[in-house]
Amino acid sequence: MIGAPLALEVLEVQAGAFRLVGIDLAVRAGGYLVILGPTGAGKTLLLETVAGLRRPRRGRILLDGADITSLPPEKRNIGYVFQDYALFPHLSVFENIAFGLRLRRLPRGELVRRVRGMAQLLGIEKLLPRGIESLSGGERQRVALARALVLSPRALLLDEPLSALDPARRRELQQVLKELHRALSPTVLHVTHDFEEAVALGEEVAVLLRGKLAQVGTPEEVFRRPATPEVAEFVGARNVFFGEVSPDGRRFKVDGKGFEVVSELSGPAHAVVRPEDILVSLSPIASSARNCLRGKVVGIEERGPLVYVTVNVPPLFTAAITRESLSELRLQEGMEVYISFKASAVHVF
Amino acid sequence: MKLAFGLLGGCLLAFVLWPLLQTVFSTSPQELWATIQDPQVRGAIGLTFYASAIATGIALLTGVPLAYLLARHDFPGKGFIQGLIDLPIVVPHTAAGIALLLVFGRQGLLGKAFGKVGIRFVSSVPGIVIAMLFVSMPFLVNAAREGFSAVDERLEQAARTLGASPWAAFRRVALPLAKRSILSGTILMWARGLSEFGAVVILAYHPMVAPVLLYERFESYGLSYARPVAVWILLTSLGVFLALRAVAGRRGR
Repeated sequence: MIGAPLALEVLEVQAGAFRLVGIDLAVRAGGYLVILGPTGAGKTLLLETVAGLRRPRRGRILLDGADITSLPPEKRNIGYVFQDYALFPHLSVFENIAFGLRLRRLPRGELVRRVRGMAQLLGIEKLLPRGIESLSGGERQRVALARALVLSPRALLLDEPLSALDPARRRELQQVLKELHRALSPTVLHVTHDFEEAVALGEEVAVLLRGKLAQVGTPEEVFRRPATPEVAEFVGARNVFFGEVSPDGRRFKVDGKGFEVVSELSGPAHAVVRPEDILVSLSPIASSARNCLRGKVVGIEERGPLVYVTVNVPPLFTAAITRESLSELRLQEGMEVYISFKASAVHVF
Repeated sequence: MKLAFGLLGGCLLAFVLWPLLQTVFSTSPQELWATIQDPQVRGAIGLTFYASAIATGIALLTGVPLAYLLARHDFPGKGFIQGLIDLPIVVPHTAAGIALLLVFGRQGLLGKAFGKVGIRFVSSVPGIVIAMLFVSMPFLVNAAREGFSAVDERLEQAARTLGASPWAAFRRVALPLAKRSILSGTILMWARGLSEFGAVVILAYHPMVAPVLLYERFESYGLSYARPVAVWILLTSLGVFLALRAVAGRRGR
């Protein structure tokens, strides 16, 4: 299976009072594009339009060079994994995966072979005779993926595929998605609000804000050089680093500085630390399990119950602290502080 | 409070159950046996079941698509159509019979049209069928509409992206998932058709359906002649209703 190049040309979609405007995007054959945006940015609407469930008011959708804008969804051969999976509750796992093959009137032997093959690839062979109700979220996600992929779609649309899962399952499925993409190389359009997910999976990231594309580029470009203040706000306040892991997987190097991590990877990688996992103190905290770095406060931003403190080590780190800690520490811009976080709090990917 | 509510509800249940049981138990087996030997009684009960089944079949073919449209689409006049469907429940059924007679009677527009192909509605089985259809159709349409509404539209969209035409998505996803509601609506409508008297009697006194026969026996011969017929109607309707419910329940699971 090899995906087809997918292009959206100045697409405009109306849904009630909401509107997607001027969506211009191209994904190469077998490429992986992540559409990143907050809730309500119009991400699902965009996927629905590409799938053919909605008619755009203007613009064209090209798949493999052919204009498919007015084709009904069943004629597009574009797989769609819905956010809530939309598995058929009256069918078994096997019949869910076989649904599209049955519509294509595949001979029985071929059908069984392909369903089993896909189930094996996703590690859900044992679930085939089960009903949908008894499955966990992660299992449902795999079934939904298998159901779409078994048809060898030219393109695959993923709507927040990981957001309903707990963190452990999320990492696991992130890996599954990566491997599936490597093995089957469909053209993927993946929608998420999670920057970490976008960095981990996307070759390219398109930032969608309030119905408009604000920036398209590699994850690193978007993070390092946000095109607008809005993009910066959306991707900011997150500690994402592009650097290198030492051969033993214990140290992460970025901007000439380094900190301890726990990783099975080595070489070029990304590292993420949640702002909530970073402590700010006026004197160093001595602990072998912790990274302790000195830096200067360059920004204090109050947002709701939390205060985001940006500290330039460099690189820039953002820590989330409570209002009480802010007044206790009497933090001010320009002050020298120490930030500390556990090596195990760093997510390397 | 539970006790008080139970007592109040119990009164209502007793009010329903008592007369029914009294009717059944005050009739001797010999009387029942003699009554069922009466070809007129057997004919009437058979005709009632048959006519109501045909009416239900017609409603399945036309009402289920309507229910699907109502559940899935918004269009101008939807509220009006919804009201129209409930109308037969609120109009007196004799009035419904008169209205049908105006259109399907010998001088009525549809009556004349069907007359040309040899179907007449006055004093005939087709007349009984349309009377039953008119008054019991809401039960099926409403149940089917609720059934379709409960099916997540996303599932049909998912089917479409997997290669299903709108018809295939309806047949393979919406229909099986709404099956239980449609089935229970079908049984309800059929049972409601069995018990119809008012509309039927205006269009077709003859051939006699069971409720009309019962009425005639009561009017002409009095209570003691009507009672065994009533028992047979009660028992057969209840028996078939329960049997169908059981079958539907098992298949739905």
